[in-house]
Amino acid sequence: MDLYEHQARELFEEHGILVPRAEVTASSKEAREIARRLGGRVVVKAQVKTGGRGKAGGVKLAADPAAAEITARQILGMDIKGHTVGTVMLAQPIEPGAIDTEFYVSYVLDRAAGRFLAIASAEGGMEIEEVAATRPEAVARVPVDPAEGVTSAKAAQIAEAAGLPPQTVDVLVRLWQVLVREDAVLVEVNPLVRTEQGRILALDGKVTLDDNARFRQARWGDEHSAHDDPLEATAAAKGLNYVKLDGEVGIIGNGAGLVMSTLDVVAGCGARPANFLDIGGGASAQIMADGLSVILSDPAVTSVFVNVFGGITACDAVADGIVQALDTVRLTKPLVVRLDGNNAVRGRAILDERAHPLVQQATTMDGAAAKAAELAHAA
Amino acid sequence: MAIYLTNKSKVLVQGMTGAEGMKHTRRMLAAGTDVVGGVNPRKAGRTVDFDVPQCLNGLGGAPMTVPVFGSVREGMDATGADVTVVFVPPAFAKAAVVEAADAGIGLAVVITEGIPVHDSVAFTAYAKARGTRIVGPNCPGLITPGQANAGIIPADITKPGRIGLVSKSGTLTYQLMYELRDIGFSTCVGIGGDPVIGTTHIDCLAAFEDDPDTAVIVLIGEIGGDAEERAAAYIREQVTKPVVGYIAGFTAPEGKTMGHAGAIVSGSSGTAQAKKEALEAVGVSVGSTPTETAQLVLALLESAK
Repeated sequence: MDLYEHQARELFEEHGILVPRAEVTASSKEAREIARRLGGRVVVKAQVKTGGRGKAGGVKLAADPAAAEITARQILGMDIKGHTVGTVMLAQPIEPGAIDTEFYVSYVLDRAAGRFLAIASAEGGMEIEEVAATRPEAVARVPVDPAEGVTSAKAAQIAEAAGLPPQTVDVLVRLWQVLVREDAVLVEVNPLVRTEQGRILALDGKVTLDDNARFRQARWGDEHSAHDDPLEATAAAKGLNYVKLDGEVGIIGNGAGLVMSTLDVVAGCGARPANFLDIGGGASAQIMADGLSVILSDPAVTSVFVNVFGGITACDAVADGIVQALDTVRLTKPLVVRLDGNNAVRGRAILDERAHPLVQQATTMDGAAAKAAELAHAA
Repeated sequence: MAIYLTNKSKVLVQGMTGAEGMKHTRRMLAAGTDVVGGVNPRKAGRTVDFDVPQCLNGLGGAPMTVPVFGSVREGMDATGADVTVVFVPPAFAKAAVVEAADAGIGLAVVITEGIPVHDSVAFTAYAKARGTRIVGPNCPGLITPGQANAGIIPADITKPGRIGLVSKSGTLTYQLMYELRDIGFSTCVGIGGDPVIGTTHIDCLAAFEDDPDTAVIVLIGEIGGDAEERAAAYIREQVTKPVVGYIAGFTAPEGKTMGHAGAIVSGSSGTAQAKKEALEAVGVSVGSTPTETAQLVLALLESAK
């Protein structure tokens, strides 16, 4: 889960990293009060979990509290790359003349090496991907030994490799502590600035938390369950692994890989999948009913495809689950079921016996996908 | 011969006495696996009876009794175990793997889903430094059909044969095992869908290349990371056996995690298209559906005759 900038700022501050004074609000009236408290002149920054805010007009300087209110009103509700701005952060500006140098620092997960990597550059402020593409020698990449972490000595090594001044060593150590203590998979500061007075400040930051660590990071509990899409929120409340997509064929399957594959095969038949829904190994009647009710409540769905491979869970148990689910959920769209694997013949017989007028079966995944696509288009 | 797991493997189960551990230990026994013990410090000294209907190795029919040990070390000392299968919950998985590595076990298969990535980073590095191979986490384990099953892969959907399979996905593994059940498999390894895993596609490619029982390799990948691209580069340099590929996730949107923690397209990296192109560029045939992938394997074996 990505954090908002103001949440990242808060974490940095808690871990002793210098940040500009700032407050967050959803109200333009309150923005005026905040600006007054911060000394009048403020930067108003849209809080959205996407990059490119500046270019989209989501970051603006306001000269006084009245201007802060007007600017906040302009930015609140703005759409930035599909994200609606719900809150703004107002921060004390660091005047351009007061900034001596801008740097870039981050810790990212290096999946290939199975450990974290420090990435640092003396050329901060820009998109690091751009710097890496045009001047790769300006970006230092230093692997971090998981057993040792980032000690002062390690931080000094990172700073030296990137050409950062010695004052950044302390920030590099503290940033590592944010990563480890908060169970983050990414922390990034861009820019990290040195002021004319020689102070090191984190002006903007990004933190991505590990969803798997929720059980030991209780403070973000509510944030984790927040979903922008109402269907995703409903599905999450039922404990379903559901992702909303823009299409017309509702998909239910077991196992993340098989469900991803099902989406692709449906797309290969000329239809668009409406969602990803992995019901996992145990396809019980309750999970099937919950899954069907979420998918059928998506107005874009015109057909549904249940694709189950009976491995650990045998197909007759899955078929029983579907039949019971049909008793509790009113099926309003055609449903194509493909059961294969253990006890497939028995499973298919159970569905045949139920003989629901909207349920059709196919014995192969490719055949079933073609049928679901055809039914979606016929609707 | 197979890879990593044979009928000589002696298997411990960490977390055997939990619900999942019990269910799958029974299945492992039924597949002929030599499960020599469970590990649970609170139940050490007890035994557990498993009602195993029939065993491929001729045992079964009567309940099979498995002892519970207080630690991996104790279990290894008493039985000569060389493999452990880890079913313990995410909060305790790191300690379980560290314990297994400290005991010096050769192979630890970590089934547990939902382990924090900082823990996976720590225990994979720790195990590697001590010579313990990790398969997983968040994986179905591995099976050498007709010999042994370490994990949760259904053993009864295929038979022994000459295809080696390595996959990030459990159910796609089962799908391919079933589609190619008439040919059969040497070993199938589910390496897991987490961003940080102990055994990679490349490790398995190297092992299958050296395995005289494997004639053709199936490589299943999915969106996220660049493991498939690196596997492609490895195939170009090191693999002489034919490889057939399948990639899932062409329709996955950018920035959304698709079920597996590691299955995410970030910006323009980790796309299915890039992985498919990388594999095809080194001569790997990539199927557009699981069924077509199975047909590519059949055609390949047919033409080799």
